[in-house]
Order: sequence, then structure tokens, then C-alpha cells
Amino acid sequence: MATTYRTCPVSGLQFEDQAEKLMRWNAVAGVLALLAGGITALLVILTRWPAIKLLPADQFYLILTAHGVDMLILWIIFFEMAVLYFASSTLLRCRLAAPKVAWAAFWLMVVGSIMTNVAIFQGESSVMFTSYVPMQAAPHFYLGIILFAVGALIGCGIFFGTLVIAKREKTYSGSIPLVTFGALTAAIIATFTILAGAGILLPTLLWSVGIIKEIDAQLYRMVWWGLGHSSQQINVSAHVAIWYLIAAVVFGAKPLSEKVSRFAFLLYILFLQLASAHHLLSDPGMSAEWKVLNTSYFMYFAVMASMIHGFTVPGAVEAAQRRKGYTNGLFEWLRKAPWGNPVFSGMFISLVSFGFLGGISGVVLGTEQINMLMHNTFYVPGHFHTTVVTGTTLAFMAVTYLLVPVLFKREMILPKLCQIQPYLFGISMSVLGLVMMGAGTLGVSRRHWDMAFSGAPFQYEWPGAAYLMMGLTGIFGVIAVIGGGLWILLVVGSLLFGKKLDGGKVSDKPTPLPANTQAASAVAHGHDHVPVPGTVVLALLLFVCFVLYYFVNWKYLSEVWLLS
Amino acid sequence: MSAILPPSERLWWKQPIDKVEWAWIAIAFVWGMVMFAMMIYWHIYGKQNLSNEAYKTTPEMFAAKAEKFIAENTIRTEKGLNGEDIPVAKVPAGGAGYLIARLWAWYPILELEKGQTYKIHLSSLDYNHGFSLQPVNINIQVIPGYEHVVKMTPTKEGTYAIVCNEYCGIGHHSMLGRIYVK
Repeated sequence: MATTYRTCPVSGLQFEDQAEKLMRWNAVAGVLALLAGGITALLVILTRWPAIKLLPADQFYLILTAHGVDMLILWIIFFEMAVLYFASSTLLRCRLAAPKVAWAAFWLMVVGSIMTNVAIFQGESSVMFTSYVPMQAAPHFYLGIILFAVGALIGCGIFFGTLVIAKREKTYSGSIPLVTFGALTAAIIATFTILAGAGILLPTLLWSVGIIKEIDAQLYRMVWWGLGHSSQQINVSAHVAIWYLIAAVVFGAKPLSEKVSRFAFLLYILFLQLASAHHLLSDPGMSAEWKVLNTSYFMYFAVMASMIHGFTVPGAVEAAQRRKGYTNGLFEWLRKAPWGNPVFSGMFISLVSFGFLGGISGVVLGTEQINMLMHNTFYVPGHFHTTVVTGTTLAFMAVTYLLVPVLFKREMILPKLCQIQPYLFGISMSVLGLVMMGAGTLGVSRRHWDMAFSGAPFQYEWPGAAYLMMGLTGIFGVIAVIGGGLWILLVVGSLLFGKKLDGGKVSDKPTPLPANTQAASAVAHGHDHVPVPGTVVLALLLFVCFVLYYFVNWKYLSEVWLLS
Repeated sequence: MSAILPPSERLWWKQPIDKVEWAWIAIAFVWGMVMFAMMIYWHIYGKQNLSNEAYKTTPEMFAAKAEKFIAENTIRTEKGLNGEDIPVAKVPAGGAGYLIARLWAWYPILELEKGQTYKIHLSSLDYNHGFSLQPVNINIQVIPGYEHVVKMTPTKEGTYAIVCNEYCGIGHHSMLGRIYVK
């Protein structure tokens, strides 16, 4: 298929025509899903805010199901498809493998998204994102997710194919860039994940139409979480790749060590698959040995990987800044960072919030015995709003400020608002995650309509602090929705009304990556070694918080009833 | 060499790793091992470990065993919202108690004694439910088809609530149970 290549005059990136269109369409579909997820988020928040309690129970559970599906599956994976095409076709300056198939995959995902949403809003599928059997949804709820997943799987195949073509046509020399390597990690995990999803959702679909009689409820949970949790690990790989991308673009930062960063991604591939266990720690059907081995990602090797990235990403930024002369004290490199650039501020808030809040809470929550203190409490959504939202979503938002001019050839409108958006969204969402975890620590349940237990035969009064936490959840939740809504407004506004930018020259042939491009020469520093003391201090601070919080929870555990 | 370009050193895997990076990798590795060992340590020396004892069952089988337990151990009844009787079953010290999770109730009310150890059999007759003991804050998944035998020793007297914290449909929020510890 004939295609053309455009070289962006701003960034020097080269976009193949089909890949570029696919990236745009996938990104736009993602933003639409985010919009649906955001509106439902507001309704969820306003219902769980005890002082408001907006929706009746049936509508609340319907809306909560929609929020989970639209955010955790549709928004994230549509955007990730755009990231995969970018990391393969654009970064390797290669044509996309089988663009027609890629379009078919995209439309399959669109049809699946609509089908599942229709099923949810028809009201017969308020089964939550997790759809635990034997609670049953309408058949098209499952079918929609299956179609979407098949589309995403094909998208991963296109990505792999594009890597092969790039290698064969020698569009680059040496090894693939680190960001592409991170995307490759995400795509490999996605393949495992989607196959696990197919393994459970296909039988569930058959069960919902009456062909299969029964599905074991424990088995469902185990295999489903092979989809449910592992798919969040796609996000981790993708947003870590984006952190490296942003560090490279904004600072010209190079990885401290290619070997270390790639090894950390490899650990993700090897061990993140085990995370299904995180959801089964308080289940009857698995042995303690199985739980301990799996929940720790086989002795915490994937946690080690995240701790490595948490060091090497800010380390790369610090090294790049110090090379530019910001060498005073421990933190001049950070103080003099471009805090007014939403690409950087979004990325840095994402990094800090993911590490300090999402990362630490995730490991503590995933400790076999400590899990009993938090399983199914509000702590769980508190944790994942500081991983998937302040981690992944905020990183995706940050990179969008970069992509709108480059990919959509539009200038961002209202630059002042663009500057504050990452702070508004990132900080309010981080606080939201914290107060949710606070409420969960006090025992408040997730997915629960009424803290006052109306209609129950007995009474139970939550501590006043739990109501305070839920009130704060309401306030910061609304602020976070405003911050997210502002991003949608800015992006959509820029696509429609932003100043049109020059797309750059278009050619029939790709220009391969020269051994030493202008971009490369700007950042080619040879072997000079720059110490990164500021990053060391930050990393040690993370470590101290981690250790303290970890053992505090063992202390909490030691105070409850004896269990054996 | 930038993260969006192929590594400028073709043999990047031969580049030495800086001391500081090695140190951080070592810290992360050792910390991982400590956390891993901690779970095993707690299984040996800790006093809060979730029981490994579980059996496959069916709603009918479990309901029959629970009804037998209730018939033998009911010491009084309490009135429910619609005036129905809810049995209060006193679990024999050191013995077995049964707790049914179903739409949308925990049944029966259990009475325990402080410092005694009980084997509480948990199962669901329909959907997944969540045993969330408050304000102690112990949370255990309850799954239909599985009978989970959890050994519990209450450490304080009082009236405790069992909140259902696994979504189980429209009446989920009203699924509240009770345990007395004398």
C-alpha cells in the first residue's frame, strides 16, 4: 500500500500517514471513553459523599460499572494503542505493518466499546468491572469486552509486525530505543493478559446464553484477575516508557544505563503476570504458599523493577540538567526544571504520586496477611487511583500536551490553563487517593451505596473519622473531576480551535534514522559520568517511607483478633 | 543516546553500571527479600494468618450443615426488621460455628467468648460476598461452592458488625450481620 511520510518541523519526528491517522483516531476514541468515565466518576463521587448521596442504589451500581469499564479498559487501552503505534512506526521511522488490519482492529474495539456500554446502560449488567460469576450480565456485556480485547490483541500484533519490518528494512541501526523497548514490554504483557481474558470471558459468554451450565466462582476470580490485574501492568510499562519519553524530549535526557533500564523492563515481563494473586489473598481456594509466592511477584522482582525505574527516570533528568549547568546543591536541577511546562509537571507529579502513594500502598496491600486489613475496603480503589490515575492517566495527559502540536498539528489553546491542569488534577487525585486509603484503613467498604446501612436488621455506626474521610473524598473527587474535565476541554478545544501548525514536508519515502541525527547530536554526551545526588536523596526518602509504612501495617495487623 | 533513539553505544550491554545504581539495585533487592521473608516469618510466629482449610461444597450441603448447627446451638432469638426471628447461636468454646452469607443477610447471629478459639465455617449460598468484621477490620472473601474454615480468637468483648464488602446486588448495603463477644 502506497503511503507517505511527514517530518514534523517542531520535533523532527517522522510520521507515516496510516500510523499517524490510527494514532489520532485511537487517541480520540480514548478521550471519548475518558469523557464517559469522567461523567460517571462525578456521579459515583456525589453518591458516595455521605452528605449528598445523589443516586438511588440501582443507578449507583450501574454508573459504577460504567465508570470502571470506561476508564480501566476503554480509555487506557485506546490510548495505549496510540502509544504502541507511536513507539513502533514513529520512533523507528517505519511504515506500519498491515494498516488495513490495524483499522479493522480499531473498529472492532469501537464496536466492542459501544456494545458493552449499551449493555450496561440498558440496566441488566450492573455487575461491576469484575463481573464475578455467578452474578450474570447480559450476553452482549461480555461479547463487547471480548470484541474489544480481540481488537487490542490484533493491535499488539501490528506493533510486533512493525518492529519486524523496521528491523528487516533497516530503518534504524543497533537496538531499538528504550521507549520502544518499554512499549514492547507493554505489548508482550498485553498479549498474555488478553489471552487470560479470553480464557475466562469466552466461557462466561457461553454461560450467559445457557450453553455452559456452571462456572466455578473461585476459578473465575483467578483467571479473570489474570486479565484484570495484569492489564494494569500494561499501563505501568506504558507509562514508565512515557516517563522516559518525556525526559528525553523535554531535557534530552539519556537513560543512566540502558542495561539497567532494559533489565527492569525485562523483570516486568517475567514477573508481572503473577499479579492475579493480589486479589485472591483473602480467598478460600488457594494455599498460603501459592499466595506468598505469587503476590510477591516471585520474591518482589517486579517491585524491584519499579524501584529501579523510580530511580533511573529522575536520575536521567538530573543528569541532563546537571550537564546544562544546574549543579548547585542537591536540588537546583529540580528547582530549575520547567515547572510551567505541563508535559514536565504532569510527568513529574505522575512519577512522585505513583511511587510514594500507588507503589507503596500496592505492595502493602499485596502482602498476604496484611491484605486481610484492606481486602475489598475503600483502600483498594484508593490504591489504584494513585497508580492507574495519577500514574498512567496523568502520564498520558502529560504526553498529550506534546502530541497535540506534533501529531494533530494544532497549538494548544489557553496556555495558562494548560499550565495549571496537571497540578489541579494530579494533586487533587493524589489527595483523593490518600483519603480513600484512609477511609479503607477504617474499614469502609468499596462498591457500597450506603454507609448508614438503611434497611439492615442491625445498626453499625462507622467512626466519625470515616465520615470525615468520605466527605474529603467527595470534595477532592469533585476537584479531580474538574481537573480531568479541564484536560478534555483543552485537548478537544485545541483540536477544534487551536492555531493550525505547519505539518512539515511530506515524502513518499521514509528517511531512516541516521546514525547521528540532529536530535541525537544534541544529546550525545559520550561516556561522561554525572553523579545524581539529588535523586539518591529522593530515592532514600521513598525507601524510608516505604519501610515505615510497611511495618506500621504489621503493627495494625498484630492488634486484631487472632486468626489461624 | 536518548531514550527515543537507538542506544548510541551499539554494545550498550557492555557499558559499566555506576556504583550508585548498583547500590540502589542492591537496596531494592534486599528490601524485596525482607518483605518476602516477612510473610513467611508471620506464618511461623505471627498470630494473624488466614486459614488454609477449605472444602468444595454446594449451597444445599452447606445450608444443611448450618441449619443443624443453628438447631443445636440457638440460645435465644432477636427480632428482624419485619418482626421475623433471627436465631442467636452460641458457638461451643473450641468448637465449630457456621455462618451463612446469602442475599442479603449474614445468618445466624453468632455469640462467642473472649479468648476462646473457634472454627467458623464460612460459605455463600448464591453470589460472592465479603466478610468484613467491624470495627476490628478483618476482611475475608466468601465464595459460593467453597467452605472456608477460619480459626478465630476474639480478643475483646463487644458487639461486632459483619459488613458485606463484596458487591452482591441491589440490597448489598443492607447486608449487615452481628457477632457478640461476651
